[in-house]
Amino acid sequence: MKFRMGVALLSVAGLLISAYLWMFKHGYIGTLACGSGGCETVQLSPYSSFLGVDVALIGFLGYVVFLVVSLASVQPAWLERPGPSRLLLLLSAGGLLFAGYLTGLELFVIHAICRWCAASAVIVLLIFVLAVLDHRRFARR
Amino acid sequence: MAGTSALNRFYLLLLVLAVGGGGVLYWQTRGRGPSIPANVVVTVADTAGFSGYYLGDSAAPVLITEYADYECPACQTFDVVQFPDVRRQLIETGKVRWRYRDFPLSIHPYSRVAAHSAACANDQSHYWEQHTRLYQGQGQWAREADPTGTFREYGKQIGLDLAAYDACMKSAKYAGRIQASYDEGLKVGVASTPTFLIAGRLYEGVQNSDELKKLVDSLAAADAASR
Repeated sequence: MKFRMGVALLSVAGLLISAYLWMFKHGYIGTLACGSGGCETVQLSPYSSFLGVDVALIGFLGYVVFLVVSLASVQPAWLERPGPSRLLLLLSAGGLLFAGYLTGLELFVIHAICRWCAASAVIVLLIFVLAVLDHRRFARR
Repeated sequence: MAGTSALNRFYLLLLVLAVGGGGVLYWQTRGRGPSIPANVVVTVADTAGFSGYYLGDSAAPVLITEYADYECPACQTFDVVQFPDVRRQLIETGKVRWRYRDFPLSIHPYSRVAAHSAACANDQSHYWEQHTRLYQGQGQWAREADPTGTFREYGKQIGLDLAAYDACMKSAKYAGRIQASYDEGLKVGVASTPTFLIAGRLYEGVQNSDELKKLVDSLAAADAASR
């Protein structure tokens, strides 16, 4: 249960970060607290949207899905079922690939690092690790 | 029973995180000062007789158009670090005529207000003084909840008639002009700030004054050779 709870808590943190980035991009907040100075460069680049949708919004929706699945998975009826574990593993693997693609763009194409985006990528990585650990729980049986 | 207790603690932690984080986000959005509307319908009157803010000899062989945003840190770097040299080496020597166009980015909540403040200073023939003060003070006002007081203070320092300035700011009469400037930037292909339009070509990012001088000299030489 603790792994799934961890996923839910990380999802809320990710939700807040992606909401912050989305609000920044649309002018709802002033200067972004970004020590590296790369946040504006990344947010202004053509890569800040994917297939016409803001990357921050994609992240936000992704974290909503993680949160819903993880909250459902800690309910007594689902706690000992492997289904939610497989789903979380699948979703987090997809999220990790997308986060890796975005981090690659920052490093090798845009040549700027947005710390908030990096924090989001770390959260996705941690969610993936927790999903793997949760999945192993059932694989051992 | 122990499971229920752990679940309750988990929900409480989740709630604290969500409410705390949501509160921080809300705090970031509140207290924003007055803004100049974006995406207004541009009328003929907005652009009649106005095509930008100019510096330099109208007969200069090279025209450089700068598309910039008062709240953009890179634009500030250019204006504070490079532009004084550009002004001295290229504009004051008659080699270049400089044209400044507003390109307020949506990510910057105060860039239109700043542009409007400079437009109001232009009414009193103090555009470039206000322009320079806005860029010099960007690090301060960009972090304020309402920077309009700071803009007004700059106006006071450069000798503006504050009653006229206040009336101009309140009217937001240059919102259409700023929008027209932004639309022009989009039309010529500007995607980031600062961007410079020189002899039909766009140069993105902070330009070094020495590189600009080389470019202007080569353009002037080519122009002279073709005559």
